[in-house]
Amino acid sequence: MFYREAGDFSTTYAEDQQTFPIKFDRYRYYVVLFIAIVVVPFVINDYWANSLLLPFLIYAIAAIGLNILVGYCGQVSLGTGGFMAVGAYACYKFMTGVDIWWGGELLFRLPEFNIFFSVIMGGVMTALVGVLFGLPSLRIKGFYLAVATLAAQFFLVWLFNRVSWFYNYSASGQINAPERDLFGVLITGPSTEPWATYLFCLFFTIVCAVVARNLTRGASGRKWMAIRDMDIAAEIIGVNPLRAKLTAFAVSSFFVGISGALFFAVYLGAVEVGEAFGITKSFLVLFMIIIGGLGSIFGSFAGAAFLVLLPVVLKVVGVDWLGWPTDIVAHLQLVIVGGLIVMFLILEPHGLAQLWRVAKEKLRLWPFPH
Amino acid sequence: MKDQADSYVTDDGRTIGPVVMEMKNITLRFGGVEAIKDISFDIREGEIRAIIGPNGAGKSSMLNVISGFYVPQEGEVWYKGAKRPPMKPFQVAQQGIARTFQNIALFEGMSVLDNVMTGRLTHMESGLLGQSIWKGKAEAEEIANREVAEKIIDFLEIQAIRKTPVARLPYGLKKRVELARALAAEPTILLLDEPMAGMNVEEKEDMSRFVLDVNDEFGTTIALIEHDMGVVMDLSDRVVVMDYGRKIGDGTPDEVRNNQEVIDAYLGVAHD
Repeated sequence: MFYREAGDFSTTYAEDQQTFPIKFDRYRYYVVLFIAIVVVPFVINDYWANSLLLPFLIYAIAAIGLNILVGYCGQVSLGTGGFMAVGAYACYKFMTGVDIWWGGELLFRLPEFNIFFSVIMGGVMTALVGVLFGLPSLRIKGFYLAVATLAAQFFLVWLFNRVSWFYNYSASGQINAPERDLFGVLITGPSTEPWATYLFCLFFTIVCAVVARNLTRGASGRKWMAIRDMDIAAEIIGVNPLRAKLTAFAVSSFFVGISGALFFAVYLGAVEVGEAFGITKSFLVLFMIIIGGLGSIFGSFAGAAFLVLLPVVLKVVGVDWLGWPTDIVAHLQLVIVGGLIVMFLILEPHGLAQLWRVAKEKLRLWPFPH
Repeated sequence: MKDQADSYVTDDGRTIGPVVMEMKNITLRFGGVEAIKDISFDIREGEIRAIIGPNGAGKSSMLNVISGFYVPQEGEVWYKGAKRPPMKPFQVAQQGIARTFQNIALFEGMSVLDNVMTGRLTHMESGLLGQSIWKGKAEAEEIANREVAEKIIDFLEIQAIRKTPVARLPYGLKKRVELARALAAEPTILLLDEPMAGMNVEEKEDMSRFVLDVNDEFGTTIALIEHDMGVVMDLSDRVVVMDYGRKIGDGTPDEVRNNQEVIDAYLGVAHD
């Protein structure tokens, strides 16, 4: 009734293999894109940008990245926070000009990169680090791999805390995003316009989502899913397991790095590594993809939206309407998230994305039961 | 004995090509157990070669040697006229050897179409960057391979379930999808590990028909392990018989049927 595919025929394989084969879905997607690109920048204000939209967009990128590794390739990672930190610090170094020292003398200093390319370099550096920490995945699986990536998390945070080169020897040990612009519009720093930061993040989110979708529906995605579902059978049909796993780590870390760079440069502006990119961040992103749906790009968005919205909704309802004390609401949030994780793991391991899929199946037939 | 490089025509009019794969004095040990003892045999182009034997004879181990899972301690594998260096299973697959498993080894989280498409992976070579952009080479490659996959799907009569997740399929269909995945690779040699295990008579008939059709239509060389003697004797051109890791018979079904050692192995023999 509201959602139908009758009369929607694909006559070529290209049509059949597009992202939204059903017309209704495709038009809805265009409408969402239109609103996000054209309408929202005109109505956005500081509150909406900083408490909802920016974190949503940035976490969505991180969730897509982690979903490629965990949901598509089946390799558990608890190092997301650490990898985000790599993206943030790489972005910072490239923004301020990378200085290379040898034996106490400055060898050379790279020119300061434009913020756009700094963010990309954040992704590239994280991809390299991700591949390095992905190497053990050839030998170890499941729990043990999770622990190995946990080691990456703690090591990376320690590294950025201790080696002062990473924070340009600042006394506070923090990194602060200097003011940088793109085509004359300020993107980082304290005096940015909300629409500019929003559009900057939106651009990266859309590109990352499209790239992730293209990769996962093509040959790479099949290789990853083959490794996830049965690695022995994958090898027998010609998938090189080491290369498949390492590309998953590389692509996943690239996205996570971009999200870390945006999180630092555009959203927070100043970062203390243990606080912003600690183990809790790894778990937060992991929860997003569990609640949203493993192995689904839409699920990454849904999970990110859910966990970004939840505290805001709770605060509005609990503190503003009901007048409860803030700490109770904060604790309530932990209880709800914990309960939801357990519920989703038991009742719907494929998360919100699966609920959405089921809802669509039902809507297709509504109001008839069959 | 026919010459290795020559083709010949069988009594029922099938043309069998020259030797494409030869196992020379293969010995495989697991610790102190000798799973395969000094076995040699060859596989000719275009033939259906059966490997039979009682349980634990080493048939599956033999298949695992061919597909690269096990590296034999002694012996050589010759493929297309050259000695094969030790290689990983995925490299063997890239050389044109596909196989199915005794226990179904499909990718349960993917649709039938995606499973068959994984069989095409050895034929797809666009890089990560090309795939991220999708339009252009990656899409053209995807569609060209989809066409091949669809041909296989048509051939095995599984069009109706192409978008169904594999986990929802019944056993017989899963076996067929696994065959489709192996066939999609357009292999030179197809290894089938008990393709008819656990099937009823009708499903066996279907599967036998597919095996013959595959051999006939694509000219694929097939090596299969099977326990159903009726099937083996009807399908295969030549049969290797193994028992306790040794080769006890090798020849046409008729020769094997009348081999005293084979009869002893299957029916038992009085020890006095």
